[in-house]
Amino acid sequence: MLHRPTSHSAAIGPGPVPSLANPGPALEQQPRHAPQAPSCGSEAFCVDPQALSSSHPRQHTQYPYVTGTSVLGITFKDGVLLACDTLGAYGSTKRYKSFDRLRKVNDVCMVGASGELSDFQYIMRLLEELSDDDFCMDDGHHLKPAEVHSYLTRVLYNRRNKMDPLWNSLVVGGFHSGKPFLGTVGMIGTSYTDAHLATGFGNHLARPLMREKHHPDMSEEEAVALMHECLKVCYYRDKNSINKFQLAKVTKDGVSISEPFALETNWGFKLFQNPAANAVGTW
Amino acid sequence: MFRNQYDQDVTTWSPQGRIFQIEYAMEAVKQGSAAVGLKSGEHAVLATIKRAPSDLSSYQRKIFKIDDHMGIAISGLTADGRILCRYMRNECLNHRFVYDSPMPLGRLVRQVADKAQLGTQRSWKRPYGVGLIVAGHDESGPHIFYNCPSGNYYDYKAFAMGARSQAAKTYLERQFETFAAASLDDLVKHALHALQASLQDGELTEKNCSVAVVGGDMPFTLLEDDSLAPYIAAIKEEEPAAAAGMEAEGAAAEGDAAAGEGGAAGEGEQQQEQQGGGGGDDGGEAPMEQ
Repeated sequence: MLHRPTSHSAAIGPGPVPSLANPGPALEQQPRHAPQAPSCGSEAFCVDPQALSSSHPRQHTQYPYVTGTSVLGITFKDGVLLACDTLGAYGSTKRYKSFDRLRKVNDVCMVGASGELSDFQYIMRLLEELSDDDFCMDDGHHLKPAEVHSYLTRVLYNRRNKMDPLWNSLVVGGFHSGKPFLGTVGMIGTSYTDAHLATGFGNHLARPLMREKHHPDMSEEEAVALMHECLKVCYYRDKNSINKFQLAKVTKDGVSISEPFALETNWGFKLFQNPAANAVGTW
Repeated sequence: MFRNQYDQDVTTWSPQGRIFQIEYAMEAVKQGSAAVGLKSGEHAVLATIKRAPSDLSSYQRKIFKIDDHMGIAISGLTADGRILCRYMRNECLNHRFVYDSPMPLGRLVRQVADKAQLGTQRSWKRPYGVGLIVAGHDESGPHIFYNCPSGNYYDYKAFAMGARSQAAKTYLERQFETFAAASLDDLVKHALHALQASLQDGELTEKNCSVAVVGGDMPFTLLEDDSLAPYIAAIKEEEPAAAAGMEAEGAAAEGDAAAGEGGAAGEGEQQQEQQGGGGGDDGGEAPMEQ
């Protein structure tokens, strides 16, 4: 029997290649794993074979299209709070208004994302695969928040080294062995942990408030109040945000992500009346 | 011409439902010198008898550190053991790099077992000729695992493998109920007593054995020579007192064990035969040194 080439191309689909479809060099199988590659999870670190074979580097992943704005995170006495709005903006168009940017990873950990939302969906797929592996192993082990944070740091740094970054700033929140965990990863793999965090615009708008009011043993009510205040300030000053937020909590009881809610706003402040007064040259 | 027409290939079944090549590989483990692993609620301990191929050579290492939280003792083909050791070190380093945390023992042991299984199902491969006792400590506490050439792996409270290890097993079976609450020093002493039992003739010295300890509060540490001497001295001191009792007990135990194995049909007999053969072969004739 003649050997028929088999396709694993997403475009052609699995199975034998129809004779009319001429599989280019992109279809040729790349070795999936280098000999020393880790036995699982290595997909995240592999170069897309298509990027190697085409004559021009692929460029449409080099800039974000549908984006989310700031994610805020604070620790409190018995857990971590994350919050952000639910907007997926296409440029400055408010294109998708109920996009969940806070996702649960497992019972002790969740991730919030700003930046390119399709890249975030890909990242969540990687994390889901890891969680599924943990489930299949059935040995009681699962990823700890610090491990998720480290893993994402590696993934994002590897991708920036391939000049094809995942365009996200991520916040990892978790609660494990009695301690809250809060860490962030930037799109080039910069990472750190802190008692309170924000990505993007929130770094300028919300962090000052957090520095003033946050203390590590604050109660949940205090933390929620501080978070509402930060969200409101971000909403006032960030044009790429909407008044539809989600607040997520990780405690010893697990992860809970709230239904979307709106905050009461007041646009009657004196400084809002004539914004141009404080910015000479604008209209 | 052949004694057994079903043992030429790993992929050939015998009509009794056995695969002889795998069983032969498991016999290789028994040719190596004895190794013991045991754990308490806090610590895991490995202990091995080292052999020197000649009076002019050094003693062959049998315990290898994998990572700060685990190590292995090997028995059988040393060369195969070193390959598996390298693989395990690699996996642990990868895990530390990616997740910034020590690798869970059960996961690694399972990967090694999967790797070993491949050798039992491919016509162009052979099973590993080495048994591993993996000792370590992770989130779920201390562990002792045994990786068999057949691709099986087992979770143990205490285990012994290698030449004349039945004597060590008998000792462990008599004592294991006290291990859970034992202190680290006691655990090491139990390990050495078990080794002593399988060292048929000759003294246990700090030269011909080595011990490794690991726990939540301490990284994997190899005890050899000077650091092992106090423990050897301690069990030597206990011996005169225990000797009288032990001897009587030991005789009874051997009787028990023989009866037990005899009851387990032909397999047990074969085992004993093989162990006898292993006992005679001290020298460095085979590549199967350990």
